[in-house]
Amino acid sequence: MTTTTTGPDTTRSPGSRPALRRRGDLIFSGTALGAGIIILVTLAAVAVFLIVQAIPALAPDTTNNHILEGQSFLSWVWPFVFGTLWSSFIALVIAAPVAIGIALFISHYAPRRLAGVLGYVIDLLAAVPSVVFGLWGALTFAPMLVPFYKWLNENLGWIPLFGGTPSGTGKTILTASLVLAVMILPIMTAICREVFLQTPKLHEEAALALGATRWEMVRMAVLPFARSGMVSGAMLGLGRALGETMAVTLVLSPLGIITFNLINPENPTTIPAIIALRFPEAHDEGVNTLIAAGLILFIVTFAVNFIARWIVSRRAEFSGAN
Amino acid sequence: MTATLTPAPVATTTHSTSAGHLPKWAPWALLLVAFVISGTIFAFMNAGGDPADFNIALTLVVGLVFYIILIFVISSVIESRRHAVDRLMTALVSGAFVVALLPLISLLYTVVVNGLMRFDGEFFSFSMRNIVGEGGGAVHAIWGTLLITLGATIISVPIGLMTSIYLVEYGEGRRLARGITFLVDVMTGIPSIVAGLFIYSVFALIVGPGTRMGIMGSLALSVLMIPVVVRGSEELLRIVPNELREAAYALGVPKWLTIIKVVLPTAIAGITTSIMLAISRVIGETAPLLLTVGVVQGMNLNMFSGQMATLPVFSYMQAKYPGIPVDAYLERAWAAALTLIVIVMVLNLLARIIAKVFAPKINGR
Repeated sequence: MTTTTTGPDTTRSPGSRPALRRRGDLIFSGTALGAGIIILVTLAAVAVFLIVQAIPALAPDTTNNHILEGQSFLSWVWPFVFGTLWSSFIALVIAAPVAIGIALFISHYAPRRLAGVLGYVIDLLAAVPSVVFGLWGALTFAPMLVPFYKWLNENLGWIPLFGGTPSGTGKTILTASLVLAVMILPIMTAICREVFLQTPKLHEEAALALGATRWEMVRMAVLPFARSGMVSGAMLGLGRALGETMAVTLVLSPLGIITFNLINPENPTTIPAIIALRFPEAHDEGVNTLIAAGLILFIVTFAVNFIARWIVSRRAEFSGAN
Repeated sequence: MTATLTPAPVATTTHSTSAGHLPKWAPWALLLVAFVISGTIFAFMNAGGDPADFNIALTLVVGLVFYIILIFVISSVIESRRHAVDRLMTALVSGAFVVALLPLISLLYTVVVNGLMRFDGEFFSFSMRNIVGEGGGAVHAIWGTLLITLGATIISVPIGLMTSIYLVEYGEGRRLARGITFLVDVMTGIPSIVAGLFIYSVFALIVGPGTRMGIMGSLALSVLMIPVVVRGSEELLRIVPNELREAAYALGVPKWLTIIKVVLPTAIAGITTSIMLAISRVIGETAPLLLTVGVVQGMNLNMFSGQMATLPVFSYMQAKYPGIPVDAYLERAWAAALTLIVIVMVLNLLARIIAKVFAPKINGR
């Protein structure tokens, strides 16, 4: 057996076969490498093209710019930056505990056989197109919340967040943030679930063997182990919320003021929303202005995602080494 | 109460715990009691009103709150404080799941109910050309969506698949491969509107400002789709057992043929699944198409000239800028949303079925 296989191998290897083999391999691996490099180039090109197109918006004289109308770019964009950060922050505060709860439920509480199905149900939330979330948020969810906002205003109006006159349509920054919270649940849940499942079984069993209840086991074994994973899951969710366009565009009316109030009819709005609203009719420097706003959004979300992924990848290496 | 119960376990050695235990059915019974209480309260508040006004979601939420309070109090009285906290957390964690389901159910229900009003033959056979007010349809938008998504798929799949082949087969352990994996992950977080702005800027520099056409939409969607395809197929190529590759190498098959003839066919079902999931992710994208493809009232099947209508943008425009009568516009928006949801769900379902039917080749070993 060995003689028959080694025989032809040794006679063939100095012949023409290896050269042919190498050419096919070279072409194929070259294509594969090229595809990988295209992705890196695309990412770099996004930054370069946005910067190039954004520069005209920073010109000192903006009287001819139909969006800036004489303001400086920074004073125009600041309220939208505030709105983006504020709405995403609220969404994160609402969604993070719920996402951790769902992830725990699927990984440690639900019957093993159901866990897969339940995970799929949560993934369905991610499959719903954002414009449908926007429609639902603006036409169904917002009217539902009107009595709730009224109640908040009457009973908790002394907190500045809920002061003023509550909106009669329900189209407020809090509604937008609630819709955003629902939209970022799936990604946060997915990441948390993954790290919860990575908890060493021995740690869990040791805790249970010492007489811990299930919650004590979770608190002592699972949560400390998963802390960095939960942080990065939350940051990925934040990244999604920062860049989400349609839900906010449909729910909020574009006033672009700065206020922390959650339930008033006058609301701040976000960068992606203002781009989507103004872009179709924008021309000349107006387009550049909106692209400059998009560049800010890109930098912020890139940084958030970069840090989140960095935490995840550092962790993966760490747990892989164990 | 606890004081009277604690001597019991000491006396009878069979009970090893320090306190009594709630029977297994107790949480369920309490849950039922909580819902009955909450249901009664809301039924009284709604008394004399329209039964349709009965607020199911609020009833559920209030019922859950009642349950959480009940189980905590009863458990801390009968069992120990530690068990009470455990039961409280179990209730909260399960409650989180239910709370997440409510918006999903509400959303699907509203979309189906409102969408069915105009989910008719006219909607699927007419465009919006020369239509003001009632009537009209979205056939132009459906074609636009299909063409643009097809274009995005044709661009993304080869690039995404080849990248994942590089990552798994050639780049193992190399710094470039690790960099690509990392940046692909970061790329999945790029806001969709930024992808639209990027493609718009590229064409503004090359073709001229204000260019809008179908292929731009395909390219913008590709920016969003490629990372998803890469991550999905990378995972599946990785689970192809190494023995298969080694067997092929031992037979003298070159590496590239091994990949094409052995590795890819083994993983093809899973890769198809991940591609379909990626399509379902981008088919509903609105913002990039709004910026790059624009919107038009009539049919345009030319990807390389003129604006095109797409379902998500159609839905958005009808809802955001309704004319008179408003309801006609909103109904069209909902019908378009329902069409989108149906497409996405069918894609998802097909993907899962393909994965289920063809995948166990590897797991069955």
